Amino acid sequence: MRKQTPSQTVGPFYAIGMTRTPMNALATDSTEGQRIRIEGQVFDGDGKPIPDVLVEIWQANAYGRYNHPDDKQEKPLDAKFTGWGRSGTDEKCFYSFETIKPGPVPGNDQTVQAPHVNFVIFARGMLVHAYTRMYFADEPANESDPVLKSIKNNKRRRTLIAAPGMENGNTVYRFDIRLQGDDDETVFFDV
Amino acid sequence: MDIKPYNPRDWKSHPPYTFKDYGSSVKRGPLKKLIPLPQTLSEITGPLFSDIKLEPGENDLTHDPQTGKEAMGERIIVVGRVLDENERPVPNTLVEIWQANAAGRYNHPIDQHNAPLDPNFVGAGRCVTNEKGEYRYSTIRPGAYPWLNHANAWRPAHIHLSLFGPSFATRLVTQFFFPGDPLISLDPILNSVPGKSARERLMASYAHDVTEPEFALGYRFDIVLRGRKSTPFEAPR
Repeated sequence: MRKQTPSQTVGPFYAIGMTRTPMNALATDSTEGQRIRIEGQVFDGDGKPIPDVLVEIWQANAYGRYNHPDDKQEKPLDAKFTGWGRSGTDEKCFYSFETIKPGPVPGNDQTVQAPHVNFVIFARGMLVHAYTRMYFADEPANESDPVLKSIKNNKRRRTLIAAPGMENGNTVYRFDIRLQGDDDETVFFDV
Repeated sequence: MDIKPYNPRDWKSHPPYTFKDYGSSVKRGPLKKLIPLPQTLSEITGPLFSDIKLEPGENDLTHDPQTGKEAMGERIIVVGRVLDENERPVPNTLVEIWQANAAGRYNHPIDQHNAPLDPNFVGAGRCVTNEKGEYRYSTIRPGAYPWLNHANAWRPAHIHLSLFGPSFATRLVTQFFFPGDPLISLDPILNSVPGKSARERLMASYAHDVTEPEFALGYRFDIVLRGRKSTPFEAPR
């Protein structure tokens, strides 16, 4: 057995290595599914939005299939939709992704997971990346989602749920992430 | 669906989210206990970049890719293997790097350190591991640089690495250091790693077999990502 290489921060200058070219558009005009934009800010313990934060997402396609060999479901696969994206922040400290709403994916023990987008957060000052998930407020399947159900505190569970809005005719989900707080600290997972 | 999970993150190897001596971690690390998430299809899958097309020379930082002009400083060759905890190679995985130039300055607008920029040094590269999990970069040995964490604070020379591995659970960003650097013991970012043996896993080693005559010194740095639990069939009896 070898031991895991320790994690370290991305530091303040990750952009030269990680965001030289934009990687936050997951969907193209031909991608199947409901086009959405996901955007938000990441706040520190003083409630200030963080400029040097890096957000990556990973999601299933509109049918609920991941573009990965370990997903052996017999659902359609769109080879051009990888399901991965990466965003730094703009001048107002917003990250953003142009994507499609994922379909539901299987959970463990014959459960079904409500549509969700998997997030990982890196920043200067974060020695280890943090895993979280975004769920969709207008999705009835949230009621039976095994991961949401495992979070007993209602306020904390709500930190994972993004509300839809409309902007120039496009559906936008606002998903803010709070690295520290009381019950409003975003739920981070021990994945 | 049959889920074969990855081993948990080894918190004896990874830093805590907040570490007092690294000032900017104090307000940026989650304070609440992480919520356990049994791995599902969402965690055991992840981006593989199997269609990625790298330009020739993306793993050679010693020249400006457009003009071919040479960067200043001591050329080095960095090689290593990406493995999992079971010592299996992780092939075809993306390894991104970024670093300061020889004078200790990043080619980034917010780096205001009063050290020269090198117009021929971008300071970033990408490569994909081969079938044996091996990667290779040619670059310039980075310089130490000052930062504002505490009085007279200097980061030891280091190169940042970003790796994906086969799943969302295996994601890793880290940095490695050079043997013999006197700043190493003073660095709060490295010292956030619990335990001497874990910190030593962030040291590259000088590799004379990698050194190229009349060209550059060689260093070796292996990276170990989370592995999967051995199946009963594979377990030693």
